[in-house]
Amino acid sequence: MAFAAFGSANAPAAGKPTRSGKVVIALLAPGLAYLGAFFLTPLFALIMVSLEVPDPNGGYAEYVPAFEIGNYFYVISEYLPHILRSFGYALAATVLALVISYPLAYFIGVKARPWPLLQKLMLTLVIAPFFISFLLRTLAWKQIFSNESWIVSSLHDIGLLAPTQYVVGTPFMVIFGLTYNFIPFMTLPLYTSLERLDLRYLEAGSDLYASPSKVFRKVTLPLSMPGIISGTLLTFIPIAGDYINASGDFLGSSSTSMIGNVIESNYLQINDYPSASALSVLLMGVILVLVSVYVKKSGTEDLL
Amino acid sequence: MNKNLAEDPQLREMVKAALAHKVTRRAVLGGAMATGAAALLAACAPGGKTELTPAKDVSDSDPSVIWSNWSLYIDVDDKGNYPTLEKFQSETGVTVTYREDYDDNDSYYGKVKDQLALGQDIGADLTCPTSWMAARWINQGYVQRFDDAELPNKKNVQPAYLGEAYDPQRTMSLPYQGILAGLAYDKAAYKAATGKSAPAVLADLWNPALKGRVGVLSEMRDTVGLVLMDQGIAIGDADSLTADAFMNAIDVVGAKVSDGQIARIKGNSYKDDLVNGDTIIAIAWSGDIIQLNAEAGYDRFGFILPESGGTISADCFVIPMGATHKKNAEKLMNFYYDPYNAAVLAAYVNYITPVVGAKEEAMKLDPALADNELIFPSEAFLSKTQGFRALDSKEEQSFTKAFQQIKLGA
Repeated sequence: MAFAAFGSANAPAAGKPTRSGKVVIALLAPGLAYLGAFFLTPLFALIMVSLEVPDPNGGYAEYVPAFEIGNYFYVISEYLPHILRSFGYALAATVLALVISYPLAYFIGVKARPWPLLQKLMLTLVIAPFFISFLLRTLAWKQIFSNESWIVSSLHDIGLLAPTQYVVGTPFMVIFGLTYNFIPFMTLPLYTSLERLDLRYLEAGSDLYASPSKVFRKVTLPLSMPGIISGTLLTFIPIAGDYINASGDFLGSSSTSMIGNVIESNYLQINDYPSASALSVLLMGVILVLVSVYVKKSGTEDLL
Repeated sequence: MNKNLAEDPQLREMVKAALAHKVTRRAVLGGAMATGAAALLAACAPGGKTELTPAKDVSDSDPSVIWSNWSLYIDVDDKGNYPTLEKFQSETGVTVTYREDYDDNDSYYGKVKDQLALGQDIGADLTCPTSWMAARWINQGYVQRFDDAELPNKKNVQPAYLGEAYDPQRTMSLPYQGILAGLAYDKAAYKAATGKSAPAVLADLWNPALKGRVGVLSEMRDTVGLVLMDQGIAIGDADSLTADAFMNAIDVVGAKVSDGQIARIKGNSYKDDLVNGDTIIAIAWSGDIIQLNAEAGYDRFGFILPESGGTISADCFVIPMGATHKKNAEKLMNFYYDPYNAAVLAAYVNYITPVVGAKEEAMKLDPALADNELIFPSEAFLSKTQGFRALDSKEEQSFTKAFQQIKLGA
């Protein structure tokens, strides 16, 4: 079917732009079908489930379709600390990743330009951790900071930690893990925008008597803005929904649970599907709002 | 023929439907939509109150059975084979596909509940949920009734496992292994931290010297159960274990979690924390500790029941409605109720054997094994244990929710 439409529309297309509409539709169809089947349908199902109520005559974890907006108020009141904590951690980890990645990307993309081999080697080093499952890497960090590790015992010895304080399970550890796991997502976009930075602009700036810091603020930073925006989006969004680093099985504990852990636990442990769905919809909505405000404020709508 | 079908149960249902009707590809796609829609409807439908019927049993024409079980829950030899399963295969000619994919009651349930509710094949003919979960499956009509003619060894079930409210005569579930929860501790580290050689009561978990080094199980009935027993509540008795009593115990656990005394609330993976030393004392399952000591090569960990007693439950064989090899599954269960086979199994898994006569067989195999109270408990020992009472679905929902709030913190 699709091929036939494509063929007939294709032959006389040259002189008749009106027929190209069909071609466009035919070409778009697979993509649209994909979006419909794997994005819109689940999204619709998610919203429907988020409004369900427990079946009054049903057994454990049985729900009936309803229009219970109250589910949203319930999850907000119940899990507000987790929601705030998620965005707090996401913000902290994103800022940390930016602070660490910017000099790194600048060095690889600008300073190392005369040595392409070094550039490639360093890029490989940034990406190399991806070759190992990030679950394994996260578990390795847990082991490195475990209660009996030399790091923790030295911290005890020099008195930085009280004898019954430990590292794993603290907010520090979770933010550390989040930052570590998402640094490549920050470094790579920054690198691609800094790599294209025209050094003659910097020369022009200093010719006009701007100090190096002023050149950085007025020239380098604005020109690398697309990299910063895409880097922060690529880290902030997945971090806000991450549930591995903060989980008690990895770097977190019950005092560091993020919204992802709450959703996981509601879905898989206690089978409270409406609450889990409502939280998922909320997470999506909040991220959407935050991101659009952020993009608007930073004046880079063209990027989206 | 069945062995070549797809692994995924839903896909397999579709392939089966296609094979049965010799249909075209388009119809299979339609079938996919229908199955998907059916699953969706089942997820949304009010309760699915239609009574399920057992799937057609093809055991006679297809001598195979698929068994989903917990990890480290069967005898394994050095080559990675399962000696008792091999013995079963040579005795009966039935091949067993053994899967260690039952990692947690809640997550396994979450994975198969839609198929269960529709009476479809869940990819296993036999599986071993813990008794409270088995009770849920039975109450919702998700499992098949056994044919006692295929289970002559059923007479060997320890009487202690009969009379459960959800299945008093064990017509739909049979205990595979009994599980005992108590306190496990790292002997050397416990002595170094507290100066005492062993814990004696549950309150020893709250010793300030152990702050941040205490683990509890994510299994609500064990963790909260032990705390309740410490408070003098009879957890098997509905008059004693009221909702108020439960919430009191929840508050105790919650306070210990938020002040940092309890650092970890975990399922099976609590073992890793004991091994790497993160946890010094934990609420634990007896059989695991015996296995951990065997791995360590010396008696590194101790296991005790607190003075107020330990909790006891069982993982139970059940045959889901959609299972197509019921008779073979029954043969397999019957095999493990033979006292000799049960003793061989017990020698490896170290959990409590629910089979009468297994102790005598174990005596012949290894007298030290037979003397182990954690595997073959005496009456006096068992009198110190209690099983968590059955919960109705409303209670279960509110109790699990309260326990989950502790796990997630504030």
